[in-house]
Amino acid sequence: MSFEPKIIGFACNWCTYAGADLAGTSRLKYPPNIRLIRVMCTGRIDPEFILAAFARGADGVFVGGCHPGDCHYMSGNYKAKRRIELLRKMLAQLGISPERLRMEFISAAEGAKFAQVIREFTEKLKELGPSPLKAEE
Amino acid sequence: MAEGKKVKLALYWAATCGGCDVATLDIEERILDLAAIADIVLWPVAMDFKYEDVETLEDGSVDICLFNGAVRLGEHEELAKLLRQKCKVMVAFGSCACFGGIPGLANVANREQIFNIAYKETVSTENPEGVTPQTELEVDGKKLTLPVFFDEVFALDRVVDVDYYVPGCPPAVERINDLVDIVAKYAETGELPPKGAVIASEKALCEECPRKREEKRIKEIRRPQDFLPDTEKCLLEQGLICLGPATRGGCGARCINANMPCRGCYGPTAAVRDHGASVLSAIASVLGLEEETELTEEQLTAITDQIKDPLGTFYRFTLPVALLNKVVQKKEVE
Ligand code: SF4
Ligand code: SF4
Ligand code: SF4
Ligand code: FES
Repeated sequence: MSFEPKIIGFACNWCTYAGADLAGTSRLKYPPNIRLIRVMCTGRIDPEFILAAFARGADGVFVGGCHPGDCHYMSGNYKAKRRIELLRKMLAQLGISPERLRMEFISAAEGAKFAQVIREFTEKLKELGPSPLKAEE
Repeated sequence: MAEGKKVKLALYWAATCGGCDVATLDIEERILDLAAIADIVLWPVAMDFKYEDVETLEDGSVDICLFNGAVRLGEHEELAKLLRQKCKVMVAFGSCACFGGIPGLANVANREQIFNIAYKETVSTENPEGVTPQTELEVDGKKLTLPVFFDEVFALDRVVDVDYYVPGCPPAVERINDLVDIVAKYAETGELPPKGAVIASEKALCEECPRKREEKRIKEIRRPQDFLPDTEKCLLEQGLICLGPATRGGCGARCINANMPCRGCYGPTAAVRDHGASVLSAIASVLGLEEETELTEEQLTAITDQIKDPLGTFYRFTLPVALLNKVVQKKEVE
Protein backbone atom coordinates (compact mmCIF):
# COMPACT_ATOMS: atom_id res chain seq x y z
CA MET A 1 0.00 0.00 0.00
CA SER A 2 1.30 3.42 -0.81
CA PHE A 3 2.09 5.82 2.00
CA GLU A 4 -0.65 8.33 2.75
CA PRO A 5 0.76 11.29 4.68
CA LYS A 6 -1.16 12.83 7.54
CA ILE A 7 -1.28 16.60 7.28
CA ILE A 8 -2.48 18.96 9.96
CA GLY A 9 -3.57 22.28 8.53
CA PHE A 10 -4.15 25.53 10.39
CA ALA A 11 -6.30 27.86 8.35
CA CYS A 12 -7.29 31.45 9.04
CA ASN A 13 -11.03 31.90 9.30
CA TRP A 14 -11.05 34.98 7.07
CA CYS A 15 -9.18 33.65 4.10
CA THR A 16 -7.77 30.17 3.70
CA TYR A 17 -10.58 28.45 5.59
CA ALA A 18 -13.09 30.15 3.32
CA GLY A 19 -10.84 29.31 0.36
CA ALA A 20 -10.95 25.64 1.37
CA ASP A 21 -14.70 25.91 1.61
CA LEU A 22 -14.84 27.35 -1.87
CA ALA A 23 -12.66 24.52 -3.15
CA GLY A 24 -15.21 22.15 -1.63
CA THR A 25 -18.32 23.85 -3.00
CA SER A 26 -16.68 24.21 -6.42
CA ARG A 27 -16.06 20.45 -6.34
CA LEU A 28 -12.33 20.90 -6.87
CA LYS A 29 -10.44 17.70 -6.13
CA TYR A 30 -7.71 17.61 -3.59
CA PRO A 31 -6.31 14.72 -1.53
CA PRO A 32 -8.14 13.84 1.71
CA ASN A 33 -4.88 13.78 3.68
CA ILE A 34 -5.37 17.10 5.40
CA ARG A 35 -7.25 17.74 8.65
CA LEU A 36 -8.01 21.43 8.74
CA ILE A 37 -8.18 23.38 11.99
CA ARG A 38 -9.79 26.79 11.85
CA VAL A 39 -8.11 29.66 13.70
CA MET A 40 -9.17 33.27 13.88
CA CYS A 41 -5.83 34.46 12.49
CA THR A 42 -2.50 32.83 11.68
CA GLY A 43 -1.04 35.08 14.37
CA ARG A 44 -2.95 32.94 16.85
CA ILE A 45 -1.04 29.82 15.87
CA ASP A 46 1.32 29.22 18.74
CA PRO A 47 4.51 27.54 17.46
CA GLU A 48 3.77 25.00 20.18
CA PHE A 49 0.69 23.81 18.20
CA ILE A 50 2.91 23.02 15.24
CA LEU A 51 5.51 21.23 17.33
CA ALA A 52 2.75 19.28 19.08
CA ALA A 53 1.34 18.20 15.72
CA PHE A 54 4.74 16.85 14.69
CA ALA A 55 5.32 15.28 18.10
CA ARG A 56 2.03 13.41 17.75
CA GLY A 57 2.81 12.00 14.37
CA ALA A 58 1.87 14.51 11.66
CA ASP A 59 3.90 14.00 8.50
CA GLY A 60 3.41 17.60 7.50
CA VAL A 61 1.91 20.82 8.83
CA PHE A 62 0.27 23.42 6.63
CA VAL A 63 -0.51 27.00 7.60
CA GLY A 64 -2.78 29.14 5.45
CA GLY A 65 -3.27 32.85 6.05
CA CYS A 66 -4.33 36.13 4.51
CA HIS A 67 -2.26 37.80 1.83
CA PRO A 68 0.19 40.52 2.92
CA GLY A 69 -1.78 43.62 3.83
CA ASP A 70 -5.03 41.67 4.26
CA CYS A 71 -4.75 40.28 7.80
CA HIS A 72 -7.78 41.34 9.86
CA TYR A 73 -5.53 41.88 12.85
CA MET A 74 -2.92 43.89 10.91
CA SER A 75 0.21 41.83 11.36
CA GLY A 76 -0.80 38.30 12.40
CA ASN A 77 0.22 36.84 9.06
CA TYR A 78 3.65 38.51 9.14
CA LYS A 79 4.30 37.24 12.61
CA ALA A 80 3.21 33.77 11.57
CA LYS A 81 5.47 33.92 8.55
CA ARG A 82 8.51 34.72 10.65
CA ARG A 83 7.66 32.14 13.26
CA ILE A 84 7.40 29.53 10.57
CA GLU A 85 10.71 30.59 9.02
CA LEU A 86 12.38 30.10 12.37
CA LEU A 87 10.54 26.86 13.06
CA ARG A 88 11.67 25.49 9.72
CA LYS A 89 15.26 26.24 10.65
CA MET A 90 14.76 24.53 13.99
CA LEU A 91 13.23 21.45 12.39
CA ALA A 92 16.26 21.18 10.13
CA GLN A 93 18.51 21.38 13.18
CA LEU A 94 16.68 18.37 14.61
CA GLY A 95 17.19 16.46 11.37
CA ILE A 96 13.60 16.90 10.15
CA SER A 97 13.07 18.22 6.65
CA PRO A 98 11.84 21.83 6.75
CA GLU A 99 9.74 20.98 3.71
CA ARG A 100 7.33 19.29 6.10
CA LEU A 101 6.18 22.73 7.25
CA ARG A 102 4.58 24.95 4.66
CA MET A 103 2.89 28.32 4.82
CA GLU A 104 0.87 29.92 2.02
CA PHE A 105 -1.21 33.03 1.63
CA ILE A 106 -4.59 31.96 0.24
CA SER A 107 -7.59 34.26 0.05
CA ALA A 108 -11.26 33.36 0.34
CA ALA A 109 -11.54 33.60 -3.45
CA GLU A 110 -8.64 31.25 -4.13
CA GLY A 111 -10.30 27.86 -3.88
CA ALA A 112 -8.29 26.62 -6.82
CA LYS A 113 -5.03 27.73 -5.23
CA PHE A 114 -5.96 25.92 -2.03
CA ALA A 115 -6.63 22.67 -3.88
CA GLN A 116 -3.42 23.06 -5.88
CA VAL A 117 -1.27 23.74 -2.80
CA ILE A 118 -2.68 20.74 -0.93
CA ARG A 119 -2.10 18.51 -3.95
CA GLU A 120 1.51 19.68 -4.22
CA PHE A 121 2.14 19.41 -0.52
CA THR A 122 0.70 15.89 -0.33
CA GLU A 123 2.90 14.83 -3.27
CA LYS A 124 5.96 16.36 -1.61
CA LEU A 125 5.26 14.51 1.62
CA LYS A 126 4.77 11.24 -0.25
CA GLU A 127 8.20 11.79 -1.73
CA LEU A 128 9.70 12.48 1.70
CA GLY A 129 8.01 9.47 3.28
CA PRO A 130 6.70 9.12 6.85
CA SER A 131 7.87 11.63 9.43
CA PRO A 132 11.17 10.48 10.94
CA LEU A 133 9.65 11.17 14.35
CA LYS A 134 7.33 8.20 13.88
CA ALA A 135 10.23 5.80 13.56
CA GLU A 136 11.42 6.87 17.01
CA GLU A 137 8.56 5.33 18.92
CA MET B 1 9.60 13.39 60.64
CA ALA B 2 9.02 14.50 64.18
CA GLU B 3 8.79 18.27 64.36
CA GLY B 4 11.65 20.11 65.97
CA LYS B 5 14.12 17.39 65.02
CA LYS B 6 17.02 17.93 62.66
CA VAL B 7 16.20 17.55 58.98
CA LYS B 8 18.17 14.94 57.08
CA LEU B 9 19.47 16.33 53.81
CA ALA B 10 21.13 14.73 50.79
CA LEU B 11 22.79 16.79 48.05
CA TYR B 12 23.78 15.14 44.82
CA TRP B 13 25.31 16.14 41.50
CA ALA B 14 24.68 14.32 38.26
CA ALA B 15 25.61 15.80 34.83
CA THR B 16 26.63 19.14 36.26
CA CYS B 17 29.25 21.85 36.04
CA GLY B 18 29.55 22.15 39.81
CA GLY B 19 28.08 25.64 39.74
CA CYS B 20 24.96 24.60 41.60
CA ASP B 21 26.98 23.27 44.50
CA VAL B 22 29.05 26.44 44.52
CA ALA B 23 25.82 28.47 44.53
CA THR B 24 24.68 26.55 47.59
CA LEU B 25 27.86 27.63 49.34
CA ASP B 26 27.20 31.20 48.12
CA ILE B 27 24.42 31.62 50.65
CA GLU B 28 27.29 32.39 53.02
CA GLU B 29 26.41 32.57 56.70
CA ARG B 30 23.02 31.03 56.06
CA ILE B 31 24.85 27.79 55.37
CA LEU B 32 25.30 27.73 59.17
CA ASP B 33 21.52 28.03 59.60
CA LEU B 34 21.28 25.06 57.32
CA ALA B 35 23.85 23.16 59.36
CA ALA B 36 21.89 23.99 62.50
CA ILE B 37 18.65 22.54 61.17
CA ALA B 38 19.97 19.79 58.94
CA ASP B 39 22.20 16.74 59.06
CA ILE B 40 23.80 16.05 55.72
CA VAL B 41 23.90 12.40 54.67
CA LEU B 42 25.42 12.83 51.21
CA TRP B 43 27.21 15.71 49.48
CA PRO B 44 29.83 14.49 47.03
CA VAL B 45 31.30 17.93 46.30
CA ALA B 46 32.00 18.74 49.95
CA MET B 47 32.04 15.60 52.03
CA ASP B 48 33.40 12.10 51.80
CA PHE B 49 30.43 9.76 51.69
CA LYS B 50 30.19 6.58 49.67
CA TYR B 51 27.14 5.46 47.71
CA GLU B 52 26.96 2.46 50.09
CA ASP B 53 26.34 4.89 52.92
CA VAL B 54 23.14 5.88 51.14
CA GLU B 55 22.17 2.34 50.20
CA THR B 56 22.23 1.24 53.84
CA LEU B 57 19.84 4.01 54.92
CA GLU B 58 16.26 3.08 55.54
CA ASP B 59 13.78 3.92 52.77
CA GLY B 60 12.17 7.32 53.31
CA SER B 61 14.49 8.10 56.19
CA VAL B 62 16.05 11.17 54.54
CA ASP B 63 13.83 14.24 54.43
CA ILE B 64 15.03 16.23 51.45
CA CYS B 65 17.26 15.62 48.45
CA LEU B 66 18.64 18.54 46.48
CA PHE B 67 19.53 17.01 43.15
CA ASN B 68 21.53 19.11 40.70
CA GLY B 69 22.63 18.21 37.20
CA ALA B 70 20.96 16.43 34.30
CA VAL B 71 20.70 12.68 33.78
CA ARG B 72 23.32 11.72 31.18
CA LEU B 73 24.70 8.41 32.50
CA GLY B 74 23.29 5.23 33.96
CA GLU B 75 24.97 6.24 37.21
CA HIS B 76 22.85 9.39 37.39
CA GLU B 77 19.65 7.46 36.87
CA GLU B 78 20.66 4.87 39.45
CA LEU B 79 21.42 7.51 42.07
CA ALA B 80 18.24 9.44 41.25
CA LYS B 81 16.22 6.28 41.85
CA LEU B 82 18.14 5.39 44.99
CA LEU B 83 17.74 8.87 46.42
CA ARG B 84 14.06 8.96 45.48
CA GLN B 85 13.63 5.79 47.49
CA LYS B 86 15.50 7.14 50.50
CA CYS B 87 14.15 10.71 50.51
CA LYS B 88 10.70 12.03 51.27
CA VAL B 89 11.10 15.16 49.16
CA MET B 90 12.94 15.33 45.85
CA VAL B 91 14.02 18.78 44.68
CA ALA B 92 15.27 19.39 41.14
CA PHE B 93 17.92 21.98 41.93
CA GLY B 94 19.17 24.14 39.07
CA SER B 95 18.27 24.29 35.39
CA CYS B 96 20.10 21.08 34.51
CA ALA B 97 17.98 19.01 36.90
CA CYS B 98 14.80 20.96 36.09
CA PHE B 99 15.04 20.97 32.28
CA GLY B 100 18.26 19.27 31.21
CA GLY B 101 20.11 22.60 31.08
CA ILE B 102 23.28 23.25 29.13
CA PRO B 103 24.28 19.55 29.06
CA GLY B 104 20.88 18.94 27.48
CA LEU B 105 22.00 20.78 24.35
CA ALA B 106 23.86 17.57 23.57
CA ASN B 107 20.49 16.27 22.38
CA VAL B 108 21.27 17.84 19.01
CA ALA B 109 23.36 14.70 18.58
CA ASN B 110 23.09 11.10 19.76
CA ARG B 111 25.62 8.88 21.54
CA GLU B 112 27.27 7.65 18.37
CA GLN B 113 27.75 11.14 16.99
CA ILE B 114 29.08 12.39 20.33
CA PHE B 115 31.51 9.48 20.66
CA ASN B 116 32.69 9.96 17.10
CA ILE B 117 33.56 13.56 17.71
CA ALA B 118 34.94 13.17 21.22
CA TYR B 119 36.95 9.98 20.68
CA LYS B 120 37.73 9.91 16.97
CA GLU B 121 37.39 13.11 15.00
CA THR B 122 38.88 16.00 16.94
CA VAL B 123 42.28 16.99 15.57
CA SER B 124 44.03 16.37 18.85
CA THR B 125 42.69 12.82 19.17
CA GLU B 126 44.91 9.87 18.36
CA ASN B 127 42.82 6.73 18.45
CA PRO B 128 43.80 4.49 15.52
CA GLU B 129 41.71 1.57 16.74
CA GLY B 130 38.68 3.78 17.14
CA VAL B 131 38.09 2.76 20.76
CA THR B 132 35.02 4.27 22.41
CA PRO B 133 33.80 3.77 25.99
CA GLN B 134 32.35 0.33 26.67
CA THR B 135 30.14 -0.55 29.60
CA GLU B 136 31.92 -3.85 30.31
CA LEU B 137 35.42 -5.22 29.91
CA GLU B 138 37.11 -8.42 31.07
CA VAL B 139 40.65 -7.96 32.36
CA ASP B 140 42.50 -10.96 33.85
CA GLY B 141 39.23 -12.74 34.46
CA LYS B 142 37.79 -9.74 36.26
CA LYS B 143 34.92 -7.68 34.99
CA LEU B 144 35.26 -3.91 34.84
CA THR B 145 32.19 -1.78 34.28
CA LEU B 146 31.41 1.79 33.33
CA PRO B 147 28.00 3.47 33.56
CA VAL B 148 26.07 3.50 30.30
CA PHE B 149 26.11 6.76 28.33
CA PHE B 150 22.52 7.35 27.26
CA ASP B 151 21.56 8.28 23.74
CA GLU B 152 20.01 11.46 25.11
CA VAL B 153 20.08 13.72 28.16
CA PHE B 154 17.08 13.68 30.52
CA ALA B 155 15.71 16.13 33.04
CA LEU B 156 15.35 14.66 36.52
CA ASP B 157 11.56 14.33 36.37
CA ARG B 158 11.87 12.10 33.32
CA VAL B 159 13.43 9.38 35.48
CA VAL B 160 11.93 9.93 38.96
CA ASP B 161 9.03 11.78 40.54
CA VAL B 162 10.04 15.34 41.48
CA ASP B 163 8.35 17.34 44.24
CA TYR B 164 9.84 20.83 43.77
CA TYR B 165 11.76 22.75 41.16
CA VAL B 166 14.41 25.36 41.83
CA PRO B 167 15.37 26.65 38.38
CA GLY B 168 18.36 28.82 37.56
CA CYS B 169 21.83 28.29 36.21
CA PRO B 170 22.63 28.36 39.02
CA PRO B 171 19.62 29.26 41.19
CA ALA B 172 19.77 32.82 42.52
CA VAL B 173 21.01 33.15 46.09
CA GLU B 174 17.68 34.76 47.14
CA ARG B 175 15.79 31.72 45.89
CA ILE B 176 18.17 29.32 47.64
CA ASN B 177 17.45 31.31 50.78
CA ASP B 178 13.74 30.76 50.12
CA LEU B 179 14.49 27.07 49.95
CA VAL B 180 16.37 27.20 53.25
CA ASP B 181 13.29 28.89 54.73
CA ILE B 182 11.15 26.07 53.39
CA VAL B 183 13.46 23.50 54.95
CA ALA B 184 13.44 25.43 58.24
CA LYS B 185 9.66 25.61 58.28
CA TYR B 186 9.48 21.93 57.55
CA ALA B 187 11.87 21.18 60.41
CA GLU B 188 9.73 23.26 62.74
CA THR B 189 6.18 22.43 61.65
CA GLY B 190 6.37 19.58 59.16
CA GLU B 191 4.66 21.79 56.56
CA LEU B 192 5.70 21.90 52.92
CA PRO B 193 4.59 23.87 49.83
CA PRO B 194 2.18 22.16 47.40
CA LYS B 195 3.75 19.47 45.25
CA GLY B 196 5.15 20.66 41.94
CA ALA B 197 5.89 24.16 43.25
CA VAL B 198 8.54 26.12 41.38
CA ILE B 199 10.67 28.21 43.73
CA ALA B 200 10.68 31.34 41.54
CA SER B 201 8.25 33.96 40.23
CA GLU B 202 4.98 33.09 38.50
CA LYS B 203 5.51 35.95 36.05
CA ALA B 204 7.82 36.61 33.13
CA LEU B 205 11.22 38.15 33.75
CA CYS B 206 10.25 41.37 31.89
CA GLU B 207 7.87 42.09 34.81
CA GLU B 208 10.73 42.36 37.25
CA CYS B 209 13.16 43.98 34.82
CA PRO B 210 13.92 47.64 35.55
CA ARG B 211 14.56 48.55 31.88
CA LYS B 212 12.42 50.96 29.86
CA ARG B 213 10.46 49.50 27.00
CA GLU B 214 9.10 51.51 24.08
CA GLU B 215 7.40 48.69 22.18
CA LYS B 216 9.93 49.12 19.44
CA ARG B 217 10.61 46.60 16.70
CA ILE B 218 14.04 45.43 15.69
CA LYS B 219 15.45 44.88 12.24
CA GLU B 220 19.01 44.16 13.11
CA ILE B 221 20.06 41.55 15.60
CA ARG B 222 23.17 42.50 17.47
CA ARG B 223 25.52 40.60 19.71
CA PRO B 224 26.71 41.63 23.16
CA GLN B 225 30.35 41.66 22.07
CA ASP B 226 29.66 44.15 19.27
CA PHE B 227 28.60 47.21 21.23
CA LEU B 228 28.04 48.62 24.67
CA PRO B 229 24.29 48.59 25.27
CA ASP B 230 22.51 51.52 26.87
CA THR B 231 21.98 50.62 30.51
CA GLU B 232 18.46 52.05 30.85
CA LYS B 233 16.74 50.77 27.74
CA CYS B 234 15.35 47.32 27.09
CA LEU B 235 18.07 45.11 25.64
CA LEU B 236 15.75 43.38 23.21
CA GLU B 237 14.78 46.72 21.72
CA GLN B 238 18.49 47.45 21.29
CA GLY B 239 18.73 44.36 19.08
CA LEU B 240 20.04 41.84 21.58
CA ILE B 241 18.18 38.56 21.82
CA CYS B 242 16.82 38.79 25.33
CA LEU B 243 14.62 35.88 26.43
CA GLY B 244 12.96 37.91 29.19
CA PRO B 245 9.48 38.06 27.62
CA ALA B 246 9.15 34.27 27.67
CA THR B 247 11.27 33.32 30.68
CA ARG B 248 10.15 32.84 34.26
CA GLY B 249 11.22 35.60 36.61
CA GLY B 250 12.78 35.08 40.01
CA CYS B 251 16.46 35.65 39.40
CA GLY B 252 16.17 39.39 40.09
CA ALA B 253 17.12 40.14 36.46
CA ARG B 254 20.73 39.48 37.36
CA CYS B 255 22.05 39.24 33.78
CA ILE B 256 20.19 42.38 32.76
CA ASN B 257 21.71 44.21 35.71
CA ALA B 258 25.10 43.16 34.39
CA ASN B 259 24.02 44.65 31.02
CA MET B 260 23.69 41.21 29.43
CA PRO B 261 20.54 39.82 27.84
CA CYS B 262 18.63 36.98 29.46
CA ARG B 263 19.52 33.56 28.09
CA GLY B 264 16.50 31.89 29.61
CA CYS B 265 17.92 29.83 32.46
CA TYR B 266 14.75 30.05 34.57
CA GLY B 267 12.83 28.17 31.91
CA PRO B 268 9.31 28.77 30.66
CA THR B 269 6.71 30.84 32.52
CA ALA B 270 4.06 29.05 34.55
CA ALA B 271 1.46 28.66 31.78
CA VAL B 272 3.80 27.45 29.06
CA ARG B 273 4.64 23.89 28.05
CA ASP B 274 7.47 24.49 25.60
CA HIS B 275 10.00 27.21 26.38
CA GLY B 276 11.63 27.35 22.95
CA ALA B 277 8.30 27.70 21.19
CA SER B 278 7.25 30.60 23.40
CA VAL B 279 10.63 32.31 23.05
CA LEU B 280 10.49 31.86 19.28
CA SER B 281 7.03 33.34 19.26
CA ALA B 282 8.07 36.37 21.31
CA ILE B 283 11.24 37.06 19.34
CA ALA B 284 9.54 36.60 15.96
CA SER B 285 6.91 39.15 17.00
CA VAL B 286 9.43 41.94 17.52
CA LEU B 287 11.57 41.25 14.47
CA GLY B 288 11.41 44.01 11.82
CA LEU B 289 7.70 44.68 11.90
CA GLU B 290 7.39 48.42 11.42
CA GLU B 291 7.69 48.71 7.65
CA GLU B 292 6.34 45.26 7.15
CA THR B 293 4.22 45.77 4.05
CA GLU B 294 7.24 47.02 2.17
CA LEU B 295 9.37 44.04 3.15
CA THR B 296 9.91 41.48 0.45
CA GLU B 297 10.13 37.75 1.10
CA GLU B 298 13.91 37.97 0.73
CA GLN B 299 14.16 40.77 3.27
CA LEU B 300 12.08 38.78 5.71
CA THR B 301 14.32 35.78 5.29
CA ALA B 302 17.37 37.99 5.69
CA ILE B 303 16.04 39.18 9.04
CA THR B 304 15.26 35.73 10.42
CA ASP B 305 18.55 34.42 9.01
CA GLN B 306 20.36 36.64 11.46
CA ILE B 307 19.45 34.11 14.11
CA LYS B 308 22.11 31.58 13.32
CA ASP B 309 21.19 28.90 15.80
CA PRO B 310 17.50 29.16 16.73
CA LEU B 311 17.44 25.79 18.47
CA GLY B 312 20.44 26.53 20.68
CA THR B 313 19.27 30.06 21.35
CA PHE B 314 15.63 29.35 22.17
CA TYR B 315 16.15 26.03 23.98
CA ARG B 316 19.48 26.83 25.56
CA PHE B 317 18.39 25.35 28.89
CA THR B 318 15.29 23.31 28.07
CA LEU B 319 15.85 21.09 25.05
CA PRO B 320 15.39 17.74 26.88
CA VAL B 321 11.90 18.75 28.06
CA ALA B 322 10.80 20.26 24.72
CA LEU B 323 8.01 18.77 22.62
CA LEU B 324 10.65 17.77 20.09
CA ASN B 325 13.46 17.09 22.51
CA LYS B 326 16.23 15.50 20.51
CA VAL B 327 17.61 15.03 17.04
CA VAL B 328 15.89 12.27 15.05
CA GLN B 329 17.85 9.04 14.66
CA LYS B 330 17.59 8.99 10.89
CA LYS B 331 18.21 12.55 9.78
CA GLU B 332 16.42 13.70 6.64
CA VAL B 333 18.64 16.75 6.38
CA GLU B 334 22.12 17.59 7.62
S1 SF4 C 1 22.23 24.55 36.39
FE1 SF4 C 1 23.98 25.72 35.65
S2 SF4 C 1 25.22 26.01 37.48
FE2 SF4 C 1 23.82 24.32 37.91
S3 SF4 C 1 24.94 22.47 37.31
FE3 SF4 C 1 23.73 23.11 35.56
S4 SF4 C 1 25.16 24.32 34.33
FE4 SF4 C 1 25.98 24.21 36.39
S1 SF4 D 1 13.28 41.97 27.05
FE1 SF4 D 1 14.96 41.76 28.48
S2 SF4 D 1 15.78 43.81 28.77
FE2 SF4 D 1 13.76 44.01 27.82
S3 SF4 D 1 12.36 44.32 29.53
FE3 SF4 D 1 12.39 42.11 29.09
S4 SF4 D 1 13.97 41.27 30.43
FE4 SF4 D 1 14.24 43.50 30.37
S1 SF4 E 1 18.44 37.03 33.48
FE1 SF4 E 1 17.75 35.16 32.43
S2 SF4 E 1 19.63 33.99 32.06
FE2 SF4 E 1 20.09 35.57 33.60
S3 SF4 E 1 19.77 34.55 35.57
FE3 SF4 E 1 17.87 35.55 35.04
S4 SF4 E 1 16.66 33.97 33.97
FE4 SF4 E 1 18.78 33.28 34.00
S1 FES F 1 -6.76 37.39 9.81
FE1 FES F 1 -6.10 35.96 8.28
S2 FES F 1 -3.97 35.81 8.81
FE2 FES F 1 -4.63 37.31 10.25
